[in-house]
Amino acid sequence: VKTLVTLTVNDEEREAYVPVHKTLLEVLREDLGLTGTKHGCELGECGACTVLLDGEPVLACLVLPIECQGRRITTVEGMAGGGRLHPLQTAFAELGAAQCGYCTPGVLLTAQSLLARSGAPTREEIREALAGTLCRCTGYTKILDAVELAALRMSGRGASAARQGAER
Amino acid sequence: VSGRGAGKERFSVVGRALPKIDAWAKVTGDTKYADDFFLPRMAYGKLLRSPLPHARIRGIDTARARALPGVYAVITGRDLPRVKFGILPVSQDEEALCVERVRMVGDAVAAVAAVDEETAERATELIEVEYEALPPLMSIEEALARPEVRIHEYGDGPNVHKAVSLEFGDVEAALAAADVVREDVFFFQGNTHLPMEQHAAVAWWGPDDKLTLWSSTQTPHYVHRLLAKILDVPQPHIRVIAAPVGGGFGGKLDPFAHEIAACQLSRLCGRPVKITLTREEVFYTHRGRHPVLMWIKTGFQRDGRITGMHFRSWLDGGAYGSYGVASTFYTGALQTVTYTVPVYKFEGARVFTNKPPCGPKRGHGTPQPRFAVECQLDKAALQLGLDPAEIRRRNLVRPFTKTANHLTVTTVGLGECIDRVVEASGWRRKRGALPRGKGIGLACSAYLTGAGTAIYWNDMPHSGVVVRADRSGGVAVLCGATDIGQGSDSVLAYLVAEVLGIEPKDVRVHAADTDLTPVDLGSYSSRVTLMAGTAAIQAAERLRGKIAEAVAKKLGVAPGEIVARDGRLFVEEDPDKGVPFAEAVVLGESMHGVLASPGSYAPPKRAGKYKGGGVGPSPCYSYSACVVEADVDEETGVVRPTQVWVAHDIGRALNPLLVEGQVEGSIYMGLGEALMEEQVFRKGVHKIPSMLEYKSPTTLETPEIHTILVETDDPEGPFGAKEAGQGPLLPVIPAVANAVYDAVGVRVDEVPITPDKVVKGLDLQRQGKPARVGPERLPVFTFPAPRMVESAFGQPAEDVAVRPFAS
Repeated sequence: VKTLVTLTVNDEEREAYVPVHKTLLEVLREDLGLTGTKHGCELGECGACTVLLDGEPVLACLVLPIECQGRRITTVEGMAGGGRLHPLQTAFAELGAAQCGYCTPGVLLTAQSLLARSGAPTREEIREALAGTLCRCTGYTKILDAVELAALRMSGRGASAARQGAER
Repeated sequence: VSGRGAGKERFSVVGRALPKIDAWAKVTGDTKYADDFFLPRMAYGKLLRSPLPHARIRGIDTARARALPGVYAVITGRDLPRVKFGILPVSQDEEALCVERVRMVGDAVAAVAAVDEETAERATELIEVEYEALPPLMSIEEALARPEVRIHEYGDGPNVHKAVSLEFGDVEAALAAADVVREDVFFFQGNTHLPMEQHAAVAWWGPDDKLTLWSSTQTPHYVHRLLAKILDVPQPHIRVIAAPVGGGFGGKLDPFAHEIAACQLSRLCGRPVKITLTREEVFYTHRGRHPVLMWIKTGFQRDGRITGMHFRSWLDGGAYGSYGVASTFYTGALQTVTYTVPVYKFEGARVFTNKPPCGPKRGHGTPQPRFAVECQLDKAALQLGLDPAEIRRRNLVRPFTKTANHLTVTTVGLGECIDRVVEASGWRRKRGALPRGKGIGLACSAYLTGAGTAIYWNDMPHSGVVVRADRSGGVAVLCGATDIGQGSDSVLAYLVAEVLGIEPKDVRVHAADTDLTPVDLGSYSSRVTLMAGTAAIQAAERLRGKIAEAVAKKLGVAPGEIVARDGRLFVEEDPDKGVPFAEAVVLGESMHGVLASPGSYAPPKRAGKYKGGGVGPSPCYSYSACVVEADVDEETGVVRPTQVWVAHDIGRALNPLLVEGQVEGSIYMGLGEALMEEQVFRKGVHKIPSMLEYKSPTTLETPEIHTILVETDDPEGPFGAKEAGQGPLLPVIPAVANAVYDAVGVRVDEVPITPDKVVKGLDLQRQGKPARVGPERLPVFTFPAPRMVESAFGQPAEDVAVRPFAS
């Protein structure tokens, strides 16, 4: 049975006519063309498909679009605004926190939610927040470094940190 | 012409911590992986896989599946040319869709293309397969004990895929002359790559009867070659494009059933066809770490020096050959590169079992023997009253010499690596002195920088690059190399930019497309930076030569006076005299016509002149030393690494940020293998084919990693560089085992070191028994008579840097 769903994705209103059981992950990728959201298991185990629902991280493979109507969905495509990258995106690129890049969208969005809650998280808090998003490439080291750098820059203490970052 | 000086200060790009050229696409979700391709009219494919580990196929009825609305095509193995294939010419034992027999749970038997994934899946459920179950052989012991149940008809004996025996010098005599001889047995459980990206392929067999395949593959060239054979299509009519790979680690190096089925389904239904594996299917596709049982007998002098070594390995290969012959040799090849082993005997056997086939995973065949050798060295050090760091230092391989098994070693940074991690970790202060429950362990390793021989015998380049410049001043690099996240595209851009005196941003890289790019053999054996990199330097130098010639003519100087740097070509002695790069390109194109220069690389031909001598040679070897500090909970048996120090001999860090990333990722993956990752089976079935149950480290289990880079400037490497992607994984696993021993006095001679094994060891300790947990028995097996080869130990290296296509 197909139904029409209206979703607010990255501040844009989008419609899709989809089977009711099709997951948000599938609708984002297949119906709305937002392939930045990845899948690693489709069982809620790996965190690759993490998107933000009203600012909170959710696993898009376990969410149905009809649950999301009237709520704000943010995907990695929505992180940059007005032609400017989110400081997390810049830090991830500069510090080599994305290797194969497949887990990166989910990690970025989870980190964005963390930084929105807590301006200056400790490394342990970052570890806690990112524990549900698996990465097989980086050993997490540069991911943690990049979240710390982005937090520093966003706090306004980051003017010098920006210059100290790796060369662009 | 020179843009390249002797010292580091002469480099403009090399050595800088630059972001990868694709970093921006990756942080914005812009990178298009294979499953992100959506083509008009595209159909979705699914494979039907065997639920039985071993069975004869009596019949397959696809009628009901074909009748399902929305189904475009259904195929079985009978709809494909009846030809077996495999990545190695000596192991042609695979079928994309099995016709007569299935040999593992997960073997594909049929495939469907349909309007959507759900319909395709429903159609596979409507296919009726009649199986006649055969006894499954699920372990090395079982496979050897039941010769009447044969998984394959070929090989070196019933269920023996390969058996090898090589002896370099008189090992018996060397062991007899030793002060101490140790015999130890170890087991390394298999584990899998677990890339975040599930394999995906999109095939489009167009109306022009030409085939294009986009795939998450690390080896587009080998897939290209094999598809021609498998599909019986002229190779020139096939185009393989490797999409950016979402994690490989060796798991995307073979041609796979889903790739082949997608091609054939597309041919039949006249639409592009996509097949993406589920996570469960990725576990069956596997080709990961072999379970290996090892016996090692080593002689030591009183001062800790090794007099000789005898090493035996039994590999549980799974259902097919894959890279297994190479894996078998690799379990024996590098012992001699890491330490001085004057005489050496290696016996290895790979056994077929009814499990997903094993193959190359990061470190290919070498982490298992590394674990055995490094744990044994610690036991020997204890016995001899030596510091484990010292016994290793006393066995360093001399640079620019040959090993017993005829491998040529160039630079060796291991001594410095050991010193640096000993210093940084506080080893001397901590070893044996931490409170009970806390321990520290050390281990070392060596690894290839690129396999010295190709998978199929040929005299052509292993890597080719074309660098072209156009009148806009733009530079494009074309190369078959495949970026799997390690940054190979970026390295090509850095090296070409360095040679041409421009910024990496001014270089575009087009890679891994068999129609457009010269062949590179693929992203395996840590070969791309060295091989594609050297070819890129050659191509760029040739291009620079042409441009410089034109600039020199215009300026009225000799071409040799021109350098390329800072975006200009100018007279070195008179820097004001010069032209911007774009203008130089216009001069060059005006003089020579279209500017495009090739570069080629093939490794020096140094393979030992004996059968099996082709596995192990490499242009140069990286070295690593690692110290792990860990807490061991005596109640639960949980081992928690708290800090890791690793020093890696990288030759030269072309980009320290990328090198660190490779080292950190290796350490992480090694910790997972050491403590939790295992691919295990029960009653013929994979126990844990999901990401939840297959334990891998999260941010919470991954400790702080301290990376130290040691530069040895190897003459074989591009600007001196060696590999970073695999070697640093190797020492982590034994370093953890050695730390556990330091913490609680328990020897776990079996990987992974799970809590139950630690608890078992502690129980034995309390009962006053030897606190060792590990394999007790070895299989009954007779290795072939050894091929006797003279030891080349200590001979000077010959022909360094003499290689084909060098000029």
